[in-house]
Amino acid sequence: MDSFQETIFKLKRYWADRGCIVTEPYDMEVGAGTMAPETFLRVLGPKPYRVAYVQPSRRPADGRYGENPNRLYKHQQLQVILKPTPADVIDQYLGSLEAIGIDLTKHDLKFEEDNWESPTLGAWGIGWQVMLDGMEITQFTYFQQCGGIDLDLVPAELTYGLERLVAFLQNKSSVYEIEWAPGFSYADVRLAEEVQHSVYNFESADVETLWRLFALHETECTRLLDAWSKTKTGRERFPVLAAYDHVLKCSNLFNLLDARGAISVTERVGVIGRVRKLAVGVAQAWAAQQQAEVAA
Amino acid sequence: MSGVPFLLEIGTEEIPDWMILPALDDLRRLFEKVLADHALAGSVSWVDATPRRLVLRADGLSERQADREELVTGPPVAAAAGAVAGFAKKQNVVVESLERVETAKGVYYGVRKQIAGRATAEILAAALPEVIAKIYFPKTMYWTGKGGLRFIRPIRWIVALLGHSVVPFEVAGVAAGDTTSGHRRMGSAQIGVTIESYKESLRANGVLLHAAERRQKLERELAALAAGAGLRIHRDEALLDTLVYLTEFPTPILGSFDPSYLELPREVLITVMRHHQRYFSLETPDGSLAPNFLAVMNTAADPEGLVRQGNERVLRARFNDARFFWQQDQQKPLAARIDDLKNVTFQAKLGSYYEKAQRMTALVRELGGDAHAERAALLAKCDLTCEMVKEFTELQGVVGGLYARAQGEPEDVAGAVYDHYKPESMDDAIPRGRTAQIVALADKLDTLRGCFKIGLVPTGSKDPFALRRAAQGVVRILAEGEVAFALPVESELGEFFRDRIDYYFREVRKFPYDEVRAGMSAGFSDVRDLAARLEAVHAVRPTADFEPLAASFKRIKNILRQAQYEDAPAPGEALLEPGPERELYEAYAHAKAAIAGLTSYRDRLERIAALRPQVDLFFDKVLVNAPDPRVRANRLALLSAMLGEFSRIADLSEIVTASSSVSTNT
Repeated sequence: MDSFQETIFKLKRYWADRGCIVTEPYDMEVGAGTMAPETFLRVLGPKPYRVAYVQPSRRPADGRYGENPNRLYKHQQLQVILKPTPADVIDQYLGSLEAIGIDLTKHDLKFEEDNWESPTLGAWGIGWQVMLDGMEITQFTYFQQCGGIDLDLVPAELTYGLERLVAFLQNKSSVYEIEWAPGFSYADVRLAEEVQHSVYNFESADVETLWRLFALHETECTRLLDAWSKTKTGRERFPVLAAYDHVLKCSNLFNLLDARGAISVTERVGVIGRVRKLAVGVAQAWAAQQQAEVAA
Repeated sequence: MSGVPFLLEIGTEEIPDWMILPALDDLRRLFEKVLADHALAGSVSWVDATPRRLVLRADGLSERQADREELVTGPPVAAAAGAVAGFAKKQNVVVESLERVETAKGVYYGVRKQIAGRATAEILAAALPEVIAKIYFPKTMYWTGKGGLRFIRPIRWIVALLGHSVVPFEVAGVAAGDTTSGHRRMGSAQIGVTIESYKESLRANGVLLHAAERRQKLERELAALAAGAGLRIHRDEALLDTLVYLTEFPTPILGSFDPSYLELPREVLITVMRHHQRYFSLETPDGSLAPNFLAVMNTAADPEGLVRQGNERVLRARFNDARFFWQQDQQKPLAARIDDLKNVTFQAKLGSYYEKAQRMTALVRELGGDAHAERAALLAKCDLTCEMVKEFTELQGVVGGLYARAQGEPEDVAGAVYDHYKPESMDDAIPRGRTAQIVALADKLDTLRGCFKIGLVPTGSKDPFALRRAAQGVVRILAEGEVAFALPVESELGEFFRDRIDYYFREVRKFPYDEVRAGMSAGFSDVRDLAARLEAVHAVRPTADFEPLAASFKRIKNILRQAQYEDAPAPGEALLEPGPERELYEAYAHAKAAIAGLTSYRDRLERIAALRPQVDLFFDKVLVNAPDPRVRANRLALLSAMLGEFSRIADLSEIVTASSSVSTNT
């Protein structure tokens, strides 16, 4: 039986062998692997790209103080982007399952319709949830639009829910019982984080401070986007990527405020719209930089 | 069959199950059009599909179109020589070879041309890319790059065989060929086929092509597993359909769960199994839920029991979640959650669910509800703040009802909360009991009124708030339930209700359209009353006097229209001519008085129908257009009064009768 980390090593090796760059997670809070710039920005523009990385993803409202065996404030996603999608993408994906020890001849596999959409990112795609013996193990998406922009090359995005997948492989009924490394359980590594962040997200986060932080990051991002629109020369070195970091901050702060129950009915749609506006602005700027680079 | 067979298989990645049948209909229709447009003879023998292939088989195609002769007519024989020479030159013949063609307009020069028929393979090769591209799917994607073909999922292979030859064409970079692909795990990825070997090759590679065969296999094996365990399956046709189109080789397995979960409400357990895991649930002979389920695999067998164990494990986790939610939610009773609804948006312009609950409570009073109904309206939406409903949204209402019961609310209140989303479809039952019906009506009417007020009116296929379903629910509850309520008839919302009411009585209650029109012409605001009137019309219609009388009413209506008769003074007795006219008047007066004393619509209609002899006699013997304008006006007044008096149950002139198509003259 492979440990949590051993399974991750195997998946990374598998995708590296198929031409993926393997990167480390993005070093900021994100709600999903999709939001890391390696996905959100790299899918834009005409340049082919292949990347695989594990992205710890924070969903403040999903925290359960470490008490629910299947629900986590922060879970680990293995994110694979294949741009453009190879014609045998599903076979490659099935190969990755065999690489981590799933004998597909002995299991049941179904592809059930599940399209993905993120209003905050102006992004959507078409795809499936992949069901193994009745359990969703992967979200498979053909990206169509990102930041409101039709994609030049259609990437396939494979998102493996690692805790669930490994709990299955190790036959554990709680993610906390997963063996992360020999002698160390998932609880040893992460339980304290689940408990304390749940306390913070639901009980002790200071709402006013969060709102102030949100406004600061929004202002900074807006300032950068305004400057971008006025920049005529040297656009290739304009810090669009730095602006995107502020979008990610805003998105996470929004999720925190939401978990804290601090966003009223009337505010909610408006706040999502504010984050979306920033995300779309960054996506457009980045796409323009990519086009210019290819043209040059 | 003579002619050549044709096979098309569009090989794709997994198509959503619910889109497959409409796509097959489309494929058939589009291909039949190609056959017809190009005179290729033959016809489509069948279409069928699995999630990974849409297949069409046609037979009897000609190998090529028949050669045909075309006659091109040119100038008249009397035309100038230059024009004739020009025509011949344009047609590429010498003037001497032109023939003379007799037409209705005179004699013209003409040329007979032999047009060679094109080869069917060539025609199909040109037409099939468009056939494939035109298949309609509700949501499509592109995958070859921006501007590429849009289809439901990527096309990965195409088989196109006409007889023994490949029809050469390409779609989205995929060339048609004679190679198909088997089941993802039980078959080969590359299988050479002929039209004759196609189905058996698929079978040998783990694919049952025909949906009917997959369904039979499933039904047979499901029944055997259930019988073997001494249990009864909860039949679920929609789930069966889904599974038939979600698999290429369906095989059911029987799993079990810890009986301790049976302490959770069966609604919750069934929903988890049905909606989240696509399992069939099972009952013991005494009707209680069994701690078992039937899951359907897309593979042949589970020899080591790994698939069963995996599914059992997933279900255990789901049930654990449900148990956790149940316990969590109970810590804060529904009544303590009313204020929490302020944080749940109903619709941006219509405010929160708290405001909706307040409006519903007012509406409940308008509908004549009692204190229990008001209490239920206030609590009905509170379960939206519960974890169980956030997780299992399809259980909204039901969960609230279960909690209300567990928290000691009166049974009437709990039942009304439980049922208030009903009916959720045409097949679904209406809420049980008057209190529940009132709360359900209040919920739906509030949504309808609110959305129409802010202009959220359904257009075409767009109906995000499911207003059609809400209105249909209102109509059904009023027609079949115990609540009397006047629907609006004038406004835009009134028009909307009119369509739903018309639909309900025609399509659900199966009344003939003319009876529905007749009934609705006499008013439709009170749906329950309309239902009673329509039942009476339908019951009386086969009687001997009814249709002839209806025809006469149509005649009366025409006469009044032609006379542009508007003001309606009561007919004066002094101007009545003895004989048929006076007899009719007296019959009318008696009927009017008699009807006032009758309570059932059926009795009243029969009484009206009994006027037929006098009406017939009147039209036989009396000229309405009497020379004396006062007599004429009085006759019109009599007819008008009759029409008005006897059209309150139904406008009988709307009834289509054998004689009503004959034009009437005055």
